[in-house]
Amino acid sequence: MLALVSPALLVILLLIVLPVGWLAWQSIYHDGFTLENYRRIFTEDIYWRSFALTFEISLAVTVIALLLGYPVAYLANSVPKCWSILILSLVVLPFWTSVLVRAYAWLALLQRTGVINQLLRYLDVISEPLALVHNTFGTVVATVHILLPFMVLPLYATMQKIPGDLMQAGASLGASPSLTFCRVFLPLSLPGVLAGCTMVFVLCLGFYITPELLGGGRTVMVSMLVSRNVELYNQFGAASAVGVVLLLSVLAIFFIVSRFISLDRVLGQK
Amino acid sequence: MTMKQGFGLGCALLGAFGFTTAADAAEQITFVSQGGAYQEAQTVAILDPSAKKLGITINQDSIPDAWPAIKTQVGSGKPIWDVVDTPTGNCLRGGEQGLIEKLDFSKIPNGAAMPESYRSPYSVSYEFYSSVLSYSQKTFPKDAPNSWADFWDVKKFLGRRALRNHPFATLEAALMADGVAPDKLYPLDVDRAFKKLEEIKPHITVWWTSGAQSAQLLNDGEVDMEMAWNGRVSAVAKEGAKVAFTYNQGILQSTSLCILKGAPNLDTAVKFLNEAVDPMHQANLPLNIDYGPGNPKAFETNVIKPERAAQLPSEPANASKQALMSYAWWSSPAGEAAEKRWASFMQK
Repeated sequence: MLALVSPALLVILLLIVLPVGWLAWQSIYHDGFTLENYRRIFTEDIYWRSFALTFEISLAVTVIALLLGYPVAYLANSVPKCWSILILSLVVLPFWTSVLVRAYAWLALLQRTGVINQLLRYLDVISEPLALVHNTFGTVVATVHILLPFMVLPLYATMQKIPGDLMQAGASLGASPSLTFCRVFLPLSLPGVLAGCTMVFVLCLGFYITPELLGGGRTVMVSMLVSRNVELYNQFGAASAVGVVLLLSVLAIFFIVSRFISLDRVLGQK
Repeated sequence: MTMKQGFGLGCALLGAFGFTTAADAAEQITFVSQGGAYQEAQTVAILDPSAKKLGITINQDSIPDAWPAIKTQVGSGKPIWDVVDTPTGNCLRGGEQGLIEKLDFSKIPNGAAMPESYRSPYSVSYEFYSSVLSYSQKTFPKDAPNSWADFWDVKKFLGRRALRNHPFATLEAALMADGVAPDKLYPLDVDRAFKKLEEIKPHITVWWTSGAQSAQLLNDGEVDMEMAWNGRVSAVAKEGAKVAFTYNQGILQSTSLCILKGAPNLDTAVKFLNEAVDPMHQANLPLNIDYGPGNPKAFETNVIKPERAAQLPSEPANASKQALMSYAWWSSPAGEAAEKRWASFMQK
């Protein structure tokens, strides 16, 4: 077994563990041991603002993705197999398009002269174009679109494992469909909800291209601070310190989640 | 095969390669620029003719931002590049940090003949571009904004605006909007510039980060006026969009040539540097791309037709309307502090 996984482990060691370790080392060692890079993060308020904004955006994206994703997964779970395949392929389809192309597509839809504003003006709904992009709103919309599959797929996988008999049992005991859903189906699907939310939230924390292109320069997420610091301080340490703090916050989130539910359930289904 | 045999074979192979290159050209250098259409234009106008004239081989490499590579290459003690074409600030900063060779201008007569503001102890200007005020001709068929004061005047000039998400040229524009003359900008009054920027900040729709983005904003009509690089605006105009720009109060910026400290082919690199800023080669550059020659003598060669010259940022009459960016100021401690202050300005 070990022999089978060793190539993968080697790749992870060489391409992830070693470089990340080297970067982390750079953040505390530059011509001698220094905590300057961390002092800066905890004293200059731009870092605090960026971290706060990043967590706010990630939270908003997670909630919206859950509200949009749950009904989709539910539908895919309750229709015949051929239909659920169609629904799931529609969910996965955007995966085949690059993140960059999708960001530009949203630009074409949301900008002042974009499809949505043109249509609303044509229908006389608005007289002045709405500011739909180059702000946090546009960033959130496009990020939800990109991360939605990461919500739908774990939800669907969990729902698939809920035996249909349980609903029938609930109905036979006289419960209405909505009551069976609330008392039986929803609680059983919660591990999927937690798995999907954790995936979406954590992935969103590191988003770079979408806020860069659609945020109008005002939406400065943590990943953008990383690239800005490479430019500004001309050393990897200043940037990797930001990465280390972000990584530690992600680990903290996993730790907190693991107090409520076994991590196996978040990372894979049991 | 034993270690020793392997080593011997390696040497023999290396020797064979060494001989072939030696037979092809006695001297060679590695030249690095920023790639794309810009590097292709240089190859035609400057690099190939220089290689031919000097009888050397010019190996090319390209990188969007040379600075981190300069640092790591020189830091490792064995640089592989010789000459780099990079924003002038990198040459100055690199010179101060011991990463760039100090130039002996007695060996670079073409550089020595250039005006002093066009060179530094570590570099010579290679090409010019400008951060200009551009606008949509659809929104402004006449009475277009013509100065940074106009750009700041949100009552008289209605419309959406964009600026670059970077302090370079933006602080200069703010000071000119506040009434500072283009030739009296440096040292920049940073407090005054940021105060003026706070004034326009609520009216800025987009703070762009890449040249491509600035072009898209103008092309799609997402903004009505913005600061952009002249080459980007003229490219959009060539595609048929109704956009234009003015050189009035533009901020003239340059890239320069400099040589890495401990470059493997130092002597040849110096020879090439002199040849690359030769007025004739320099005059050929704007025939291939919308950038101005780094050597102003290129305008005296009659290679650039008057109507073409009038479009170029560094043409003397155009240059006189603009502010020449002081890279010396931007790489000074005051400049670096202003650069760091930008982020807190943006996030407030």
